[in-house]
Amino acid sequence: MENKLTKRKAVEKIVFSILGLLMLSSIAVLGVIIFFIFKRGLGVISWEFLTSMPKNGMTEGGILPAIVGSFYLVSGAILVATPLGVFAAIYMTEYAKKGKLIRIIRIGVNNLAGVPSVVFGLFGLSIFVKYLNFGVSILSGALTLAIVILPTIIRASEEALMSVPDEYRSSSLALGATKWQTIKNVVLPAALPGILTGCILGVGRVAGETAPIIFTAATFFSMRLPNSVFSEVMALPYNIYALVATGTFPQKQIPIAYGTAVVLLVLVLLINLVAIFMRIKFSKKNTN
Amino acid sequence: MSEIKMEVKNLDFYYDDFQALKNINIPLESNKVTALIGPSGCGKSTFLRTLNRMNDLIEGSRVEGEVLFDNENIYKENVDVVELRKRVGMVFQQPNPFPKSIFDNVAYGPRIHGLKDKDKLEEIVIESLKGAALYEEVKDRLDDSALGLSGGQQQRLCIARALAVKPEVLLMDEPASALDPVATAKIEDLIDELKNNYTIVIVTHSMQQAARVSDNTGFFLMGDLVEFDQTDKIFENPSDQRTEDYITGRFG
Repeated sequence: MENKLTKRKAVEKIVFSILGLLMLSSIAVLGVIIFFIFKRGLGVISWEFLTSMPKNGMTEGGILPAIVGSFYLVSGAILVATPLGVFAAIYMTEYAKKGKLIRIIRIGVNNLAGVPSVVFGLFGLSIFVKYLNFGVSILSGALTLAIVILPTIIRASEEALMSVPDEYRSSSLALGATKWQTIKNVVLPAALPGILTGCILGVGRVAGETAPIIFTAATFFSMRLPNSVFSEVMALPYNIYALVATGTFPQKQIPIAYGTAVVLLVLVLLINLVAIFMRIKFSKKNTN
Repeated sequence: MSEIKMEVKNLDFYYDDFQALKNINIPLESNKVTALIGPSGCGKSTFLRTLNRMNDLIEGSRVEGEVLFDNENIYKENVDVVELRKRVGMVFQQPNPFPKSIFDNVAYGPRIHGLKDKDKLEEIVIESLKGAALYEEVKDRLDDSALGLSGGQQQRLCIARALAVKPEVLLMDEPASALDPVATAKIEDLIDELKNNYTIVIVTHSMQQAARVSDNTGFFLMGDLVEFDQTDKIFENPSDQRTEDYITGRFG
């Protein structure tokens, strides 16, 4: 009896230690990345680095155009993708008859999420840049990024809409509301926190996407801030790629790349924090 | 018999191939409470939902026969379902207020039907809350979330919400089954009060409740309406053996 018990306890202990260790190591990876990037990059961060133009072929100066460029690209992408994604999700959850068609659409959306982002880049190049003749521009880049996050937004919205209790719908309809009134006044407000969180996580994701903008929007070096949606722009992730892969003065440019990485990382973490904060705030508001 | 508000004639209802209601005939009297009793799955809730066409939402469902509402068949072509549901309100089994304020819950119906005037809205909200015997309990916190109310209060709020669109008929699908005895008693008193102004149809699992609140009772069994009569008659001297077996607790 006693022997069995000690053995059982020992097994428990070993299993828990292994699980704990695995958990720690996955957190540690994040920690190491952050530590390493900060260690190499924090040195170049200064107010001037964030707010001034690059100088001398991107070997000195700041990264303001890249910050501004990323801001434009991400905002554009969200502005386009949010209505498209949310309305697609509304159609799929509220209007479409459950059946083959909707299953095929859903598989399509999931596959869209699995397409490598460089392929989206090529697609953007051929459709937006060439065929629609938008050129390498904010417009082409934002549209391409919009397609990249579309599946994320559709799925998040769909999940949020499906988690709205059916009773809300039936009691609204029973009061004589039309379907659209019901969606607009009851279902959407109840699903909003989930939809917003999905969109913000989408922002976090596209802010770091490099491949889709290489051929569609990004330029390595720019002395000016963009002045229209048809301007080429610098962007944070592309800046890192370009400095490291094609820079001609590595000893000067690599630190700038790490500095850019710090900015990008902080930005993405901040965006995710906002998403978490909003989720907590909304879920409190809805339950009391 | 007093005036008939709704009359159901030869009603059949199908979920795909399954016939859930078989040749139902029931007159619903004005300003009376009609109770529908029967074991789970007997079709009483399905029947209730044919009266405001909530079953339209179920894919693969089909209705045959007539439901006359003020002598007009609500299943005839070109009937405005939105208008019908305005006139035939519904309260559900689970209290299900919207995640909005108490005021906005009650104002929901009038608002979607186009009422914008603030004073008028407030008047309707207060009147409806009073009608549902909830006003005194919530008058100081109309702007608080409805989800902070107790279950019984939430259910009365749902009744107020239904009253706010000024229906003529009120359908109640086991409105007290999720509530404790005290809250249940309040709902039953309220039903007694409401029948002065509304025609009420209530589905209930509790035979005592049917006996307490209703004037007429229909007993459903496996899609058939076994017996329909005055409540006293059903409970004291049923004419069908199956009714007697059910109300004396031999099955169900």
